[in-house]
Amino acid sequence: MKHLEVSESRRQFLKASSLAGGGLLLSFNWLASCRFSAEEMGEMPKEWSELNGFLKIADNGQVTIMSPNPEGGQNVKTSMPMIVADELDVDWKSVRVEQAPLNLDAFSFQWLGGSQAIRRGWPGLRQAGASARLMLRTAAAQAWEVDPVEVTTRSGVLEHQPSGRSAGYGAFAAAAALLPVPEEVPLKEPGDFHIIGSSRKNVDGPEIVTGKPLFGSDISEEGMLIAMIVHPTAFGLKIKSVDDSQARNMPGIRDIFTIQILDEAYQKEYFDTLTFNEVVAIVGDSTWQVMQAKKALRITCEPIATREETRLRFGQPYPFVTPSGLESSAGHERQMEEMAVRPGAIRRKDGDPEAAFRRAARIVERSYTGPFLAHNCMEPMTFFADVSPTHARLKGPLQKPELTEKALSARLGMPLEQIDFEMTRLGGGYGRRSYAHWAIEAALISQHMGAPVKLTYSREDDMTAGIYRPAYHVRFRAGLDAENNLIAFHVKAGGIPESPLAANRFPAGAVPHYLAEEWTLDTNLTVGSFRAPRSNFMAASEQSFLDEVAEAAGKDPIEFRLELLEQALTNPVGETNDYDAARYAGVLELVREKSGWANPPDGLYRGVSAYFCHNSYAAQVLDLVMEDGKPRVQNVTCALDCGIVINPDAARNLTEGGIVDGIGNALFAELPFVDGVAQKDNFDRYRMIRMAEAPKAIDVHFVENGMDPTGLGEPMFPPVFAALANALYQATGRRHYRQPFLG
Amino acid sequence: MAQFTLNINGTSREVDVDPTTPLLWVLRDHLNLVGTKYGCGIAQCGACTVHVGDVATRSCMLPVSSVGNQNVTTIEGLSETGDHPVQQAWLEADVPQCGYCQAGQIMTATALLKQNPNPSDAEIEMAMNGNICRCGTYVRIKEAIKNAASQS
Repeated sequence: MKHLEVSESRRQFLKASSLAGGGLLLSFNWLASCRFSAEEMGEMPKEWSELNGFLKIADNGQVTIMSPNPEGGQNVKTSMPMIVADELDVDWKSVRVEQAPLNLDAFSFQWLGGSQAIRRGWPGLRQAGASARLMLRTAAAQAWEVDPVEVTTRSGVLEHQPSGRSAGYGAFAAAAALLPVPEEVPLKEPGDFHIIGSSRKNVDGPEIVTGKPLFGSDISEEGMLIAMIVHPTAFGLKIKSVDDSQARNMPGIRDIFTIQILDEAYQKEYFDTLTFNEVVAIVGDSTWQVMQAKKALRITCEPIATREETRLRFGQPYPFVTPSGLESSAGHERQMEEMAVRPGAIRRKDGDPEAAFRRAARIVERSYTGPFLAHNCMEPMTFFADVSPTHARLKGPLQKPELTEKALSARLGMPLEQIDFEMTRLGGGYGRRSYAHWAIEAALISQHMGAPVKLTYSREDDMTAGIYRPAYHVRFRAGLDAENNLIAFHVKAGGIPESPLAANRFPAGAVPHYLAEEWTLDTNLTVGSFRAPRSNFMAASEQSFLDEVAEAAGKDPIEFRLELLEQALTNPVGETNDYDAARYAGVLELVREKSGWANPPDGLYRGVSAYFCHNSYAAQVLDLVMEDGKPRVQNVTCALDCGIVINPDAARNLTEGGIVDGIGNALFAELPFVDGVAQKDNFDRYRMIRMAEAPKAIDVHFVENGMDPTGLGEPMFPPVFAALANALYQATGRRHYRQPFLG
Repeated sequence: MAQFTLNINGTSREVDVDPTTPLLWVLRDHLNLVGTKYGCGIAQCGACTVHVGDVATRSCMLPVSSVGNQNVTTIEGLSETGDHPVQQAWLEADVPQCGYCQAGQIMTATALLKQNPNPSDAEIEMAMNGNICRCGTYVRIKEAIKNAASQS
């Protein structure tokens, strides 16, 4: 591909160049002109100005966009091209999406996470489509010697009606590439969208249902060896010695050796979290042979020493302690309960909370806990690597390749230019594949063997050497006056090792006297992002608590929340509230209407919940029945405000799935530890939701407000925990303060 | 190691493997039929489901030595062009999210419909209960099975 830079717009959002084979290549800023909250900036790199998307129009009219972001089931590979196709005015089926390899020169932020792909992609994708369309019209006008205004488009065809001339986009793609990129380009009004907002099927659907090799675990290359790892027997331990005398001589085994994943001195960043820095690699000809050798390997372990270090989170240093010792869930719970009664670090204070609590007519006080959770992606961790002395080629599923590449470069002592990452579809991510230590493991194993290697974690490795959802605890206090108004609210949240608190979220801003505190405890268990991090616990707890407070106040739970939101809207307390009270109330009103809240069906027990996270608003009403003493969820009605919905049926699918996932985690999920050892290592003990436990029907409604789109991978997940808890209370008279509810 | 002749998707295939090797790894590592997935290795998640004869079978715990000359069908052999009614119903309902478990789900569903062309909701739930989907696509899986049933 010849990179012929012809023009450059003032704001550097777009560059045009010619394709070697003839045609237009438009490079654009996939994530253009987004504004980020301070909280988000804490999680995001600062270099946003690079061009990071490509749109190609070949001379045969084929439109291709290179998607920089990995696909893990969130449907971006379908929804994003729909945005381009709409502004470009082509049949969306003529747009092909290719998964771009990791290329730090060409792309930035090749990430999957935080429900951000559509929100951040929206301006850049539209601008690219609209600019290309304008350039094609200009090129046609020049060739036809007519006024560009008279050249119109219709589904990939340029037309000049006065003269009756027409041609496909491909005919003028090469000429368009030589034109300056327009500085300003009009975008469509939302009412003119013809692809955005209409449902289109998953572009990878036909390959998925026929079993085509789309996933990292499906990779097979000539001469490829199979590798698995053996990790220390518990968190808090490291390998002391390895006895491979039996395993080494088993059929098909090529080598057994220990690898050190990162140098001790390496400056770790947040996503460099890894479970164990030293593991044993077993390499052989086939998976089954390696699995047998794995069983025959004997390792002895010794305690780790406490380690204190400074890690970086996008350049910002923070202290990180890995304590020695063998940790157990029983001890964790005791520690958390102790922390909950000590003063925490104050993150927000409005009014005079203690005075308000003193004069309150009634105080409701409750504590909630949530356990460590395993991600349990259906595809266990896996990666392919082929490392020679001068080149490293890696391929597989991961969420944040550029960070992994950086760590790998340091470990191999190989410059980034000699490392190529190719991304495959993820067999589930949910945050787990943001921490791709196994990609480095695969590379080191390949380097040692001098051969291409596919590393596969067993399910047991995946579950017992995880990067878990942290354990959390929160204590709430609510003060009601004699008229049952909420006058004081106190939240004290903490966790192992992170706090789930978001101090400026609802009901902050709606209560005159408000106090938010937090605390943390160190651990040597490894933790990280898990679908809707922190929110997945806070929504579950806060929305259960508000249900109880509403009951204490003698108010309808929806009405109670709406009163508070009205307060936040008309007379907000404080200036840092990070939600839009009108949109929050909007989803509650919509779910009230769509669920028939005023006239509940006979025999069903209902609970309601609403939450704002990842820039979107979700409210749910959940109906269940009791069958033989067990809850059976019948219906979930969900209202969502994520602005314009690109691909409605796919958005409904994602929402249904997130609700099912939330119900499953709320009812069943926990990973207890005893002396540093995960007490569940496969699906016989770690209970996942199955079809019979899923709701019979899920009814999804989107608020139609024409606002720019926000994310949808996570916002439906946190509130459903509480909708379920509140419905269970209606059914059984019992409140649920501990996750999982049926644990 | 031992020689086995397997009938896979209507074709006779020779492999030379340890007799204890589960059919799953024979398919994936030795025959490059990777549509059948590894999920748990203990017959708890259903990602590895194939048909042995007409019966949905977890291939991760089925030693190759016990397959004999039974006909094995994998997702690759379910139809020539992806036009099996269940595959079509899956596309129509746009079931998959990440997609990893879906081949196993489809193989369980097709075996169910072969035995019971008009299953009730309870029968679908019972048949599908061995297949886990962390993305939570169960509502659509059930819808697709019912649509496929009504069309055959």
